[in-house]
Amino acid sequence: MSKRIHVSTTVNGDEADFLCDPRETLLDCLRDHLGVMGVKEGCGTGDCGACSVTLDGRLVCSCLVLGVEAEGKEVGTVEGMAAGEVLHPLQRKFIEHAALQCGICTPGILVAAKTLLERNPDPTETELRYWLAGNLCRCTGYDKIIRAVMDAAAEMREAS
Amino acid sequence: MNYHSPSSFEEASAIAAGASGTTRFLAGGTDVLVQLRADIVTPDDLIDIKHIPGVKEISRTEDGGWRIGVAVAGAEMTECADLCADWPGVVEGMDLIGSTQVQGRATLVGNLCNGSPAADSVPGMIAAGCTVTVTGPEGSREVAVEDIPTGPGRTVLAKGELITGVTIPARGEHGGDAYLRFIPRTEMDIAVVGCAVNLRLDGDTITEARVSLGAVAPKALLVEEAANAIIGTTLDDAALDALAAAASAACNPIDDKRGTIEFRTHVAGVLAKRAAKIAYARAKGESA
Repeated sequence: MSKRIHVSTTVNGDEADFLCDPRETLLDCLRDHLGVMGVKEGCGTGDCGACSVTLDGRLVCSCLVLGVEAEGKEVGTVEGMAAGEVLHPLQRKFIEHAALQCGICTPGILVAAKTLLERNPDPTETELRYWLAGNLCRCTGYDKIIRAVMDAAAEMREAS
Repeated sequence: MNYHSPSSFEEASAIAAGASGTTRFLAGGTDVLVQLRADIVTPDDLIDIKHIPGVKEISRTEDGGWRIGVAVAGAEMTECADLCADWPGVVEGMDLIGSTQVQGRATLVGNLCNGSPAADSVPGMIAAGCTVTVTGPEGSREVAVEDIPTGPGRTVLAKGELITGVTIPARGEHGGDAYLRFIPRTEMDIAVVGCAVNLRLDGDTITEARVSLGAVAPKALLVEEAANAIIGTTLDDAALDALAAAASAACNPIDDKRGTIEFRTHVAGVLAKRAAKIAYARAKGESA
C-alpha cells in the first residue's frame, strides 16, 4: 500500500482537497473522492475521451493524469459549464439537436467542444471533426453532435 | 508505489540510480499511465519531472536553434509559430500523435523513450539532426536521437539516466523538412510507415539531406543511401525514383495486421518521394 498524499486543487473554480493513493488517476479522484460524477470512465487508456477535463485550461484525458498531478492546478469539468440553472449554449443545443442517446460520451464532448470554441469561435466542420477525433460516440453517428456544436458556435458568435 | 517530484534533474537521476525496483519517469504520462492501468508496468518509484525548472519551456539557443523542454506538450509546440516556421516537419510529426486530449500532455522525449519503432515524432527529429541531453550519475552527455532507441521498447539509457532536453539545430537558409505517415484512416492511428525528409538547397540543387524512416524496422532508421540519392540533384524524376528505391531497400519491417512486409516496403518509397517534394517546396519558400 502506498502512502496517501494530500492534494489541494481547484475544481470548476472551487477549492478542493483530497487524499489519494499516488496510483489513482485524476478521473478516479474526481469521482471517488470529490463526487464529481460528470466525468465518465470509458476506456481508461486515453482512447475514448469520455473522461475529458481541462487542466489549467488545456484539454486532457483525466484517466491519463494522476490525482497527485492536480496539485495547484485548475480542473474544469462539465459541472462548471452551466451558470446555475441556465445551461451553456452547447448543452442547450445538444438537447435541441438530440445529439446524445446513452449520454456517456456527452460530458467529455461538451468540455472538448467548449475548449475549441474558446480558441476558435468559428471553426470549420473539418476543424471541429478533427478536434473531436479523440471523443468516441457509439450511439449518434456523430452527425447530430457536429450539427449541435456548429449551431451553438453560431449562436455564441451572434451573442458576443 | 512511491511518487517523487524532484526539483532538479540531478535529484531525479539520484532517485532512479538509488531505486531497487522498477522506476519510471513521468512527464506527459500518455504511455506510462496506460502501462500502469494495463498492469504492464507498475513502477515502485514514479519520478514526476514536471516540477523541475524549465521543463515546460521552448527556447532559442544561441546559434539560432531550439531547445525543447522535456515536459513541453505537442499542442504547445504546434502553438509556437516561430518553431513551426523553422521546423514544420518536426512539429507535424509530433502533432500527428493521438487526439487533442493526448496532444495536451504527450511529449517528444516521452515518444522517443517509449521506444516504439512507429513513434511519429522520431523520424522528424532524426532527419532534423536533433540531439538530446542525457543526464545520469556519471554526468551529462549529448546523444543523437537516432542513437537512443535500440529496439522495440528499448533505449540506450542506463539505470539512473534520463533525457533532460531536446536540441533542434538552427534551421539556416534555404532549408525545409517534412514528415508523412501512412495510416488506413485520417486520425488516431499508429503509423504503418512514417518518413521524414530534411534538406537544404543552393539555388535549385540539394546540397544537404537527411532521410529517416519509421515503422519499417525495429527502430527508426537514418537512411544515408536515400539522402545520397537526392544530394546534388534538383529532385528530378530520376532522383525521386532513386530515393524511393533506396528507402524501400532500407526497410526490414514486420508483417502484421496493419501492413504486410511488401506493402510497408513499397509505401516507404512512396512516402519518401512525397515528403521530399514537400521539403523541397518548403526550402524554396513555397507553401506546402
